[in-house]
Amino acid sequence: MYKYNDFDTAFLEERNRQFRAQVERRIDGSLTEDEFKPLRLMNGLYLQLHAYMLRVAIPYGTLSANQMRQLALLAEKWDKGYGHFTTRQNIQYNWPKLKDVPDMLDALAEVNLHAIQTSGNTIRNVTADHFAGAAADEIEDPRPIAELIRQWSTDHPEFQFMGRKFKIAVSAGEKDRAVLKAHDLAVRIVRNDAGETGYQILVGGGLGRTPMIGKVLNDFVSQDDLLPYIESVVSVWNQHGRRDNKYKARIKITVHELGLDKIRELTEERFALVRPTFGGADLALFEEIKAHFANPAFRSGGTDAYEAAYQTDPVFRAWADTNLTAHKAANHSIVTISIKAHGQTPGDATAEQMRVMADLAEEYGYGELRISHEQNVILPHVHQNDLPAIHARLKEHGLATANIGLISDIIACPGMDYCALATARSIPVAQEIATRFDDLKLEHDVGHLQIKISGCINACGHHHVGHIGILGLDRAGVENYQITLGGDATETAAIGTRTGPGFAYDEIVPAVERIVLTYLDIRETEEETFLETYRRVGMDPFKAALYPASEKKVA
Amino acid sequence: MPRPFTPKIITANDLLEGDVIYYTADNSWTREMSQAELIEDEAEAQLRLIEAEKDALRVVGIYLTDAKAGANGPEPTHFREDFRRTGPSNYRHGKQEAAANV
Ligand code: HEM
Ligand code: SF4
Repeated sequence: MYKYNDFDTAFLEERNRQFRAQVERRIDGSLTEDEFKPLRLMNGLYLQLHAYMLRVAIPYGTLSANQMRQLALLAEKWDKGYGHFTTRQNIQYNWPKLKDVPDMLDALAEVNLHAIQTSGNTIRNVTADHFAGAAADEIEDPRPIAELIRQWSTDHPEFQFMGRKFKIAVSAGEKDRAVLKAHDLAVRIVRNDAGETGYQILVGGGLGRTPMIGKVLNDFVSQDDLLPYIESVVSVWNQHGRRDNKYKARIKITVHELGLDKIRELTEERFALVRPTFGGADLALFEEIKAHFANPAFRSGGTDAYEAAYQTDPVFRAWADTNLTAHKAANHSIVTISIKAHGQTPGDATAEQMRVMADLAEEYGYGELRISHEQNVILPHVHQNDLPAIHARLKEHGLATANIGLISDIIACPGMDYCALATARSIPVAQEIATRFDDLKLEHDVGHLQIKISGCINACGHHHVGHIGILGLDRAGVENYQITLGGDATETAAIGTRTGPGFAYDEIVPAVERIVLTYLDIRETEEETFLETYRRVGMDPFKAALYPASEKKVA
Repeated sequence: MPRPFTPKIITANDLLEGDVIYYTADNSWTREMSQAELIEDEAEAQLRLIEAEKDALRVVGIYLTDAKAGANGPEPTHFREDFRRTGPSNYRHGKQEAAANV
């Protein structure tokens, strides 16, 4: 795992000292809210509906056991005993008091965590494939690239006050688990025909009010050129991006308006100037960073205990079937811990649960944890013989839900229950869908189906790329939910299509149920997933199920 | 044609705690919407807002919002203000819970 050097530590201390003084000046009245707001946002502090909210970055989703314990401590000491893990590999605390925030930041700094660039028009927390370093299908661990970008972008003088925020994601295989194509810029590690490792660069993806799928800007950027190339792209956008209208400021609009070829041309021009300013220090740093991400020495040994539990314990088997992923090392698995128990708030974990997960990571998982953009927690390296013991412990703490990739593994943004920008609630809709399908005992029969819910057009809940997407709106003072179908968050990314008129709060769960029952009716085989069925038959059968009356009128 | 004026209350968040507060007839702030001042006149609403904004160093995000007269004082007319008044609806842990502990 990346270890902070003296510079990082000193930088964090200085930042926290500055912010503590700013908070004091706000409280004693020397700063107005207009003066203070940009300062607090630079340090991840928002004001939501009911309280302040502190957003802490979990760079590329990687946490040590100790860092997880510290997150638990913050939840307990300065919040209401829980934290909310988000789609951007951050954790949000929903109830901090203004005067406590400097202490919270100091406590985070003790374990090298911070809230810098989790807000504002900067380069945000760099996200990565949550299985990085463990996945059987990756070319190499993408996190050193993410860390390199993090160091380069942190406090980068040119990129602190841009036209809008800028989000970067990295991944390293054919499979895309980091929603690359919904990011402003994405780096995919690839190998060319000569067997050299390099980087494919995508730009112009984004969700929000104008959803766009990212496009390939460059198929192969060599290792030496990566940082100067990224700097050139950001710099071109910083110069040409629109500042007249914040809804048109993201790079997706610049790419859309100028065209991909023009952006490529401008980037090349800029690159010719920028490249010589990178003297190779970035490459030396990269080599140093890489060493910190070396894999642990994986244990050997048989898998007899695992096989035995798998054969005899059906509850364990169901969990193993949904929550485990192939690991690159022999006899190891990647464990996804669901923090989506049916009826719970997706992404919330209590302080106690965080400690249990930290303990498990320390006892069985080489001290490592990951947070996924799907709002779950991951033990990336686990020897299979330890799985029965891990499962037993998870069960005791409400963490053994076997639903990864299933209909109750829902992404939901905070919505009107917390967020000041919301137009409707999203969490209770997720809770009710999960509970309903659990009652129907249909979840495992339905199989892989991703529902994603946002409480407003900003799309923090990724609804555009949900197989079933739900967007909560305010229609004349009443909550109303629009449904989209056919979205896809992977390498075959797609924006979902609207079914038609929206549904009232008490109609949305029955509407989802009709969609799912229709799918079960018309799928060709049990193996055909919801998305495959949708792609085969299109919208019509689902429309007919959702709007029976209007269907009759047309007929 | 301008829309007819509807009754308003003044609300904000507390600077230190961050929680939802309402402006009262005696120029102070309360946690209870039912104790807020219901303002029935448009010009008066603007004057009261200016008065409330004198507290801008202690409270954050002051605004006028619709409310109606209820049996026990002002009540929300929109669900957003209803949630602000009560706390998150996913489970009881906001204002609802604080009230239960009094
Ligand atoms: C509750 C406080 C939050 C506020 C005020 C907020 C605000 C916003 C805004 C204004 C946008 C639109 C940006 C644009 O289009 O330029 C946005 C986008 C986004 N937010 Fe949030 N958000 C919040 C919470 C969250 C949470 C909890 C998550 C993760 C679950 C999240 C993840 C995202 C993502 C993934 C986008 C993607 C759209 C994009 O940038 O292309 N946000 N947010
Ligand atoms: S999508 Fe809207 S409601 Fe949901 S967290 Fe983002 S800004 Fe808030």
